[in-house]
Amino acid sequence: MSNYPKPAAATPLNPRRRGIIIGASDGIGAALARRLAHEGYTLALLARSQDKLESLCNEINQTSRELRAHVYVHDVTEYEKVPDLLRKIVADLGGLDLMVFVAGVNYPPGGIDKYNFENDRKMIEVNLIGALAWLNPVAEMFQSAKAGQMVGISSVAGDRGRVGNPGYNTSKAALTTYLEALRNRLTRHGVNVLTVKPGFVQTEMLKAAQGATPFTVPPEKAVEDIWKAMQKRKQVIYTASIWRWIMLAIQHTPSFIFRRLSF
Amino acid sequence: MEANISLSLKNFTQLENFGHSLRASSYRFRPTSVKEIEEVFRLARESGLTVTARGAGKSYNDASLNGGGILLDMSAINQILGWDAASGIVRCEPGVTLEQLWQYVEPNGWWPPVVSGTMKTTLGGCLAANIHGKNNFRMGPIGEHVLEFTALLPTGEEITCTPKTNIDLFYGMISGLGMLGVFTSITLQMKQIESGLLEVDAWPVHDLHEHLAFLLDKAPNHDYTVGWMDTMTGGKSLGRGQIHAAHYLHGKEDPNPQATMQLNNQILPPRIFGVFPKSILYLFMRPFANNLGWWGVNTAKYIASLRKHTFRQSHAAFHFLLDYVPNWELSYGRGGMIQHQSFLPKETAEAAWREMLTMSLNRGIPSYLGVTKRHRPDKFLLTHAVDGFSLALDFKVTDGNRATLSQMLKDFDRIVLDAGGRFYFAKNSETSAEAARAFLGEDTIAKFKELKKKCDPNNLLESDLFRRVFG
Repeated sequence: MSNYPKPAAATPLNPRRRGIIIGASDGIGAALARRLAHEGYTLALLARSQDKLESLCNEINQTSRELRAHVYVHDVTEYEKVPDLLRKIVADLGGLDLMVFVAGVNYPPGGIDKYNFENDRKMIEVNLIGALAWLNPVAEMFQSAKAGQMVGISSVAGDRGRVGNPGYNTSKAALTTYLEALRNRLTRHGVNVLTVKPGFVQTEMLKAAQGATPFTVPPEKAVEDIWKAMQKRKQVIYTASIWRWIMLAIQHTPSFIFRRLSF
Repeated sequence: MEANISLSLKNFTQLENFGHSLRASSYRFRPTSVKEIEEVFRLARESGLTVTARGAGKSYNDASLNGGGILLDMSAINQILGWDAASGIVRCEPGVTLEQLWQYVEPNGWWPPVVSGTMKTTLGGCLAANIHGKNNFRMGPIGEHVLEFTALLPTGEEITCTPKTNIDLFYGMISGLGMLGVFTSITLQMKQIESGLLEVDAWPVHDLHEHLAFLLDKAPNHDYTVGWMDTMTGGKSLGRGQIHAAHYLHGKEDPNPQATMQLNNQILPPRIFGVFPKSILYLFMRPFANNLGWWGVNTAKYIASLRKHTFRQSHAAFHFLLDYVPNWELSYGRGGMIQHQSFLPKETAEAAWREMLTMSLNRGIPSYLGVTKRHRPDKFLLTHAVDGFSLALDFKVTDGNRATLSQMLKDFDRIVLDAGGRFYFAKNSETSAEAARAFLGEDTIAKFKELKKKCDPNNLLESDLFRRVFG
């Protein structure tokens, strides 16, 4: 993959933006990588699967005919490796303008009376603690630099605790709250923090979903929404956008009704 | 002290170039001693990061930026170490600015032999870029007035260079863009003056031919020459403008030199007409930073310059035009500004610049400000000088003009190279590696890389400029 020429140096007339995508091997992460590379970003792509990452990088670099995507194989639960890896990536990219945290796992317990601590723990470790491990140091960097943009992929699932998947709901609710706290810390330093709450998106994760999956969108559509929101430096978006109204209704459903529902 | 030097995310800082057109984030350290510079080198070696020294950050490009790496902010190593008012020899640390220097030596009747258009630059930066002034045709670049310097190499070695000892490194490190080592002290010869004033002659010139002819003719009889060019008018008047030529006052020409050399007669006034603070003037310039506004400014300036006249001006007022309006670069708005400066032999300059200026007017991307100077060659390794002239063109950068401006500057570079010209690494931000190879020549680059290998075998010193041009 190093056969492609290095991108031209950043100059005032050829500014380059650099981004990290954690969880880039497929789904929203991969689609976002393709889109951001198309928009001129130089990217560090992180995921566990070397094969998937390499084929994605090859595809991106072939399309752009330059070395726009770099592979870093990484498991977000290896928290202690983050500081060194982050430093290396920022040096390799020549700076950092954007941090996207997409990595997430979903293990539904498989019934409204089932519990699985191991799975719940994994979801918290990846979806929440993985985000803390990466976004904390990046927040510190962006705050010091007084510039930067962070995007966290949370979920509509974090908006309400439901009977179906308490562990996943919790991990995403915590992630949403964490991102909000970062936003409150960083906006005053010129840093934008965007929380993305997808509904159903046509990805690997959707296969785990039980029951109906209304308003499902392809990852490309979700990425289109994310890219638009990034450009406008928005704070919270739902994708598809109809979820804003659905979740508004769900959030305002009184508990005495909600706890009798079975979704 | 050493405990301070560790790679903390708190040090991560975003910095800009002079024109506010390029940003890069790095781990910034501001050492106060040579020992701490060594510590930063050690840290770089351990963490696998590169280091760029930055003085005042007044280059128009990426010379003092190092995205993702370490930035060695030299501004706190800024003591004047020794001054002999009898011989005019001064020894300074590299973070000393020209402002500090001239204010220190001028009351004793001396002036820095070469100064840039802003006094905010540091001596380390001045040597790394080997700056020139409006007297380049007479005094050469600043490097020709360096008697000695000491430097710390990334290998840990401390060296002393003079024009007679360590000659290769003397001529390589001055103009070497900070890529061979970090200056730790600089000894300079000042120029004696007999008055705090210069006598300035101002002539209008009506076209490019006359413009260059005046620069050529007036040079032998004056100490400084500089031309302003109205870059927004084409046709028969293309290249029209005004030449300023100044000379030192000698003997009785200044009846009261003690008074004119006092600092309060030199320091630029902070207010216009004694009331309007200049620190916010740039905000009022913003609405005019467009084609129409600058056409008005250029035209008005040309009409005002039609009267040939002579006046006396303080050294500081004559030299430091860029400091006259603080933060003037911010008036260009969000995209900032860039400068394209080309150095052309006197034989080919007129035709090449005629082509470039016509091109910029035809393509609707006029330069807002043009400045010309007279030059002569020098012996420094990465020299930008020629026996001829330079033309510096300022351009506003916007989201809308980046692509077309980039293409035009590529065309400019081709015209300049075809005409045997050169570029200046403190100014041009778009010079490609190919263009640099074309004007420097393979031999020069090989020699520079050989010096680099000797001084910095592990490539610890790298800037964004170095990677762009030599990477």
